[in-house]
Amino acid sequence: MKIAVCIKRVPDTEMRFAIASDGKSLDQAGLKYDISDFDGYAVEVALRLTEKDGGEVAVLCLGPDGVQETIRKAFSMGAARGVQLKADAVPFDGFAIASALAAELKDGGYDLILFGRQSADSGNGTVGPMTAQMLGLPCVTAISHLELADGRGTAHRELEGSAESVEFPLPAVLTIDEGIARPRLPSLKGIMAAKKKTIDVRPAQLGEERLTVQAMALPPQRAAGRIVGEGPDAVPELVRLLKTEAKVL
Amino acid sequence: MANVLVVAESRGGELRSVANEVVTAARKAADAVGGEVHALVFGAPGIGAAARESLGRFGADAVVAVEAAGLEHYDAESLAATTAERLKAGGYRAGLFAASAQGRDLAPRVAAALGVSLASDVTELELSKDALVVKHPVYAGKAIATLRLAGTPALASIRPGSIDAAEAPRTARLETAPPAQDPTASRVKVREMLPRGDAKLDLGEAPVIVAGGRGLRAAENFKLVEDLAAAFGNAAVGATRAVTDDGWRPATDQIGQTGRMVNPNLYVAVGISGAIQHLAGMRTSRTIVAINRDKDAPIFKLADYGIVGDLFEIVPRLTEEVRKARSGG
Ligand SMILES: Cc1cc2nc3c(=O)[nH]c(=O)nc-3n(C[C@H](O)[C@H](O)[C@H](O)COP(=O)(O)OP(=O)(O)OC[C@H]3O[C@@H](n4cnc5c(N)ncnc54)[C@H](O)[C@@H]3O)c2cc1C
Ligand SMILES: Nc1ncnc2c1ncn2[C@@H]1O[C@H](COP(=O)(O)O)[C@@H](O)[C@H]1O
Repeated sequence: MKIAVCIKRVPDTEMRFAIASDGKSLDQAGLKYDISDFDGYAVEVALRLTEKDGGEVAVLCLGPDGVQETIRKAFSMGAARGVQLKADAVPFDGFAIASALAAELKDGGYDLILFGRQSADSGNGTVGPMTAQMLGLPCVTAISHLELADGRGTAHRELEGSAESVEFPLPAVLTIDEGIARPRLPSLKGIMAAKKKTIDVRPAQLGEERLTVQAMALPPQRAAGRIVGEGPDAVPELVRLLKTEAKVL
Repeated sequence: MANVLVVAESRGGELRSVANEVVTAARKAADAVGGEVHALVFGAPGIGAAARESLGRFGADAVVAVEAAGLEHYDAESLAATTAERLKAGGYRAGLFAASAQGRDLAPRVAAALGVSLASDVTELELSKDALVVKHPVYAGKAIATLRLAGTPALASIRPGSIDAAEAPRTARLETAPPAQDPTASRVKVREMLPRGDAKLDLGEAPVIVAGGRGLRAAENFKLVEDLAAAFGNAAVGATRAVTDDGWRPATDQIGQTGRMVNPNLYVAVGISGAIQHLAGMRTSRTIVAINRDKDAPIFKLADYGIVGDLFEIVPRLTEEVRKARSGG
C-alpha cells in the first residue's frame, strides 16, 4: 500500500497572536511552527495502515524551505519519503495549492491520499476535495473512522447530528477529522533516522490565485461581561436578564 | 448575466434551515448586481413543490428541482457534476452553498470542476460587478480576514447561523431537471446512516446550546445539562473536548477548534473553564452565560452573564426557573 499524506506547516498561535503592521498578515516575531493538527492525525492514520498491511508513507508539503522542518517531523514519526513543493509563500487560495498538489500526485501511483479536514491557519477546508476532483478520484471528507479490505474502504463521515457509513474503491482521497487517531510522539530512533533522510525538492506548479487576503482584524470585542451573583440565589436575576435584556427567553 | 445560483440543502426529503439563510444571502447579492436568485434542490421526486414555496418566501425567483431515485441521500459526485454544469450553462455571476458538512464537501468539488476558486466558510459577503468580498474567520477564530475573490462564477460557502434568514416573498417558478450524472453510478456509496446520540436538534441549527464541561464530573451528571436543554425547549447539548475524550458524550458533541463551530442566540456553559480552543468554537454566540465555581475561570471574561458557584446547586434551580418563565410564569 502506497499512501501520500499532504501536510501543512502552520504557526502555533496558542501563546502569541498579533497582527502585523501591514494589517493583513500574522506578526511573525517569536512564532513557532508545527504540523497542522488534523494533518498530524492523517500521518498517524497512514502509519497505522502501513504498519498493519505493509507499504510506505510519503508526505508532501508545499511552502518555503521552513517546511522541511515539518517534513522531518513526519519522518521522525515514521514517514518514509518527503517531498517539498517549493514556493516562496503559501497562497491563501486553496485552488492554487490544490493545483500544485494534484500535479505532483497525478502519476505517483498512490492507493490512498490523505489530507486534514481543514488547516489550522486558513481554516478553508478546500484543498482535499479540490485535489480529488482534479485527480478524478473518489473522495470522502471529514472521516472519523476507516477500514480497508480487498481494495475497498469503509469510512464514517460525521454530519450535523448524525453520521453516515460510506464505501469507496481505491485509489481514493480522504480528509481526516478529529477523533480518528491521536498522533504518536516522535521516537528517539525516529528522530535520529529523520536526520539522515533526504527530502525531494521540486518547484510548486501553483494554480492561479484569485482569492486574496485584503485585511485581517481581531474579532469584535465582546462587551465586558458581568457576574450576576453567587450560588442558586442568583438564578432568578439571571432569568430576568435573559428575558428583558438579552431577550432570549 | 448577473444571476446567483444557490444549492438549497435538504436531508431526508426536507429542506434544512440553512437553505433559507443561503437564499437570504443570495437575494442580497443578486439585488446588488441586478440579477435573479435560482435555487437548486436535490432529492427524491416531490421535493421541488415544497421547496418552491419555502424558498420563494426567502427570495428565490426560481427553483430548479433535480429529482431522481438515489438522491434521497447526499451524493457528492452527482451533485457536484450537476451544480457545475448548471453554473456553467447558466452563466451565473455567483454560486452559494452552506458551509455545512454537506456544503463543505460539495463546494470545493464544484470549484475544481469549473477551475475556479472558492471562498469557504464565510460569515459576511458582498457581491459587486468585479469581485466578491467576504469575511472569513482564520486561526480558529482568533482573527477575521477580509478576502477578495476574483473570477466568475464567484463561489462561496456560508457559515450556518451567520446570516439571519429574512423573508422577501415572491412566487418562484418551478423547473425540473435531470442530474448531470446518474447518482447510482457514483463510486462512493452511502451504506447506512449511523445513529448519533438522540440527534434531536443539531448544534449548528439550535437557537440555544447548553454545553457541559469536566465540572460535571461524570457522564450520568449530563442529565442536569439535558434537563436544562429540555426546559429551554429549543436547545441542543454540547460538550468540551475534555468530556468527549473521556467518552461522557459522543465526539460529535464537541464544540471548539477541532470540533463544531457554533453561534446560537444563547450559549450556556456549565462547568467549562473556557480554554482558548473551546472559545474558538462558540465565541460568536449572541449571548453567553457561564456557571462555574471558580470566579477566575477564563469563561467569565467572555460571558455576558455569569453565576459563580456549584453547578450541582445552580443548574437544577435554573432549569426550574426557565421552565416557569417559558410557561408564562
Ligand atoms: C490542539 C488542541 C485542540 C483542542 N480542541 C478543543 C476543542 O475543539 N474543544 C474543546 O472544548 N477543547 C479543545 N481542546 C482542549 C482544551 O484545551 C481544554 O482542555 C478543554 O476545553 C477543557 O475542558 P473543560 O472546560 O471541560 O475542563 P476544565 O478545563 O477541566 O474545566 C472544568 C471547569 O469546571 C469548573 N468546575 C468544577 N467543578 C464545578 C462545580 N461543581 N460547579 C461549577 N463549576 C465547576 C472548574 O472550575 C473548571 O473551570 C483542545 C486542545 C488542544 C491542545
Ligand atoms: N501548503 C500545503 N502543503 C501540503 N498540504 C496542504 C497545504 N495546504 C493545505 N494542505 C492540505 O489540505 C488540507 C486542507 O487545507 P485547507 O483547505 O487549507 O484548510 C490540510 O489539512 C492539508 O492536508
